[in-house]
Amino acid sequence: MAIEQVNHVALTLEEQLPIWLIVIPFVAAPLILLFGNKGLAWAVSFLATAFSLAISVILVLTLKDGGVISYHIGGWAPPIGIEYRIDATNALILMLISLIATVALPYAYRSVMIEINPKHHTLFYASYMLCFTGLMGIVVTGDAFNIFVFLEISSLATYILVAMGAYKDKRALTAAYDYLILGTIGATFFVIGIGFLYMATGTLNLVDLADRISDQGLNRTIRAGFGFIVIGLGLKIAIMPLHLWLPRAYTFAPSAVTVFLSATATKASIYVLLRFLFSIYHPTFAFDENIILIIFMPLAIASMFLASIVAIFQTNLKRMLAYSSIGQIGYLLLGASLMNQLGLTATLVHMFNHGITKALLFMGAGIFALKVGKVSYENIAGLGKIMPFTAAAVVIGCLSLIGIPGTAGFISKWILVQGALANGWWHIALLIVLSSLLSVIYVWRLIEILYVVPTKKVGTITEAPISMLAPMWIIAFACLFFGVFTDFILDPAQTAAQNLLSLPGGGIENSLGDGS
Amino acid sequence: MTWEFILGHMNYWLFIVLMLIGLYIVIAKGNLLKKIVGLNIFQVSVFMMYISIGKVIGGTAPILPYDNTGHVEYGLDVIYSNPLPHVLILTAIVVGVATTSLGLALIVRIREEYGTIEEDEILDAETLIAEKENEDREAWLA
Repeated sequence: MAIEQVNHVALTLEEQLPIWLIVIPFVAAPLILLFGNKGLAWAVSFLATAFSLAISVILVLTLKDGGVISYHIGGWAPPIGIEYRIDATNALILMLISLIATVALPYAYRSVMIEINPKHHTLFYASYMLCFTGLMGIVVTGDAFNIFVFLEISSLATYILVAMGAYKDKRALTAAYDYLILGTIGATFFVIGIGFLYMATGTLNLVDLADRISDQGLNRTIRAGFGFIVIGLGLKIAIMPLHLWLPRAYTFAPSAVTVFLSATATKASIYVLLRFLFSIYHPTFAFDENIILIIFMPLAIASMFLASIVAIFQTNLKRMLAYSSIGQIGYLLLGASLMNQLGLTATLVHMFNHGITKALLFMGAGIFALKVGKVSYENIAGLGKIMPFTAAAVVIGCLSLIGIPGTAGFISKWILVQGALANGWWHIALLIVLSSLLSVIYVWRLIEILYVVPTKKVGTITEAPISMLAPMWIIAFACLFFGVFTDFILDPAQTAAQNLLSLPGGGIENSLGDGS
Repeated sequence: MTWEFILGHMNYWLFIVLMLIGLYIVIAKGNLLKKIVGLNIFQVSVFMMYISIGKVIGGTAPILPYDNTGHVEYGLDVIYSNPLPHVLILTAIVVGVATTSLGLALIVRIREEYGTIEEDEILDAETLIAEKENEDREAWLA
């Protein structure tokens, strides 16, 4: 990865963009440790993420009408060398990850001061950069084993970040430990699957893999590999029966970490799952279709309902939001399992919209945590009147979570319902609406606690600092903006869905013209 | 299933047995340290699978031979093992070591905070904390 021996073909700046996305935050992490100064650490991380954000926006604008950027690491042409490969699909995810990482940093500065041991602040920023590098790497790379390596870079950094919550609540340690065990099992299952694919095809490049699988057809090794990959990624995504690590990790992690993780970590894994489901194994393989219909769709619907019902009975804001996240993962899977273009578009749009919505809500939770300590409902009761700006932004997030028209959450659910109707599955559309009603219940409970129930905290609590309010309101406006001006996300998402659904090897087919 | 088939796939049998032993330890053992040991066995089984699929029977190391004058000889018809899976596993071993060390570090911290590394005792301690939180809430509701 550090090899910057540039291929003579990549002469323009634009062709160098993919590698900068990874190299800058990756180099920032050790730099932060060398400086060893909190303020400087924050500044370096902010610069690195902002730079990545700028690059991702350029990439989205370049690729939103189709096309592919392929970067050959060290000048070695794929499939021999490692390739970074960006089309509309991953450009969109890259933008989401870098946007959240950039906006969460100004917010994190104050939050980290309160919630993390002062000795560990520079280490926090270094881990944050590593986690960011890993997540971007998962999305940017076109090499199967490279995905595993980046997955582990981001996961290891995540375990550290979650464990840092131990300064406030020692249960963060066991939450991080559980996450480490399950996450490692997931990653190892993934790597077993990659091994099976390598046995059957002799290649690790995703494009080449897709070509060879569609050439030689399926055999038992390839199917077994598929099973291992789906289970492994399922653990990382927290698909319903494999979700046990998520509520505890999100509840006990420092607030800034939860903001970042809830919006990005599971989304990167979902992206990989989509790549494998649609680009590498194509849905026209009957067995793939069956797996999607028989396994994913019931699981998606189960998590939409069960997780939402569990969320209703929670009495801690962060834990409630964590269960709501599991429910939203259900929508993402459901969109994919509709297997039509609208459904996939809905998945991609919802990944972005739910990412910013959940980031906004967890930011609110983090501000409450800053002011009252634990965010259990009795502690945050009545804060709506004391902290009007924070609470108002939380309400916007709540509306977007339900999917009220005019917010970002509405757009994705609307397309999802349309996708279900396009298949003629009106009962699925009905279930989407019904499960949204469940989210009305838990969201209303929160709003009631914030505004109606009288507080018992007198006089000591003031409105949040501007450094935390500003990022929160940026995200809140984004929730409203993308709910009204939808094209900026819809265009690339439609192109991306089209890419994913085209013929075998589809999404990433038009590379390797000479097949070498 | 002939004997030849079973013996011929010895590396896969060993992989499966080791993998299941590892997974079983992770799931069944209550001691956090033993879980990490299980996780290691699980990972090592995968390393073994990768390394064994790179082996070509009768193959040598994938290094070009020298001739008498000390120059590299090209174009020889040499059978050599596939080095790629081995290289991949070097990376995976590094990842495994990092995971193990992080897991052990977490166990040290858990021992400092809870005074135990047995899962059920930790669970008891956490139940106590949760009950305390519930009492606080009931006091607030009253």
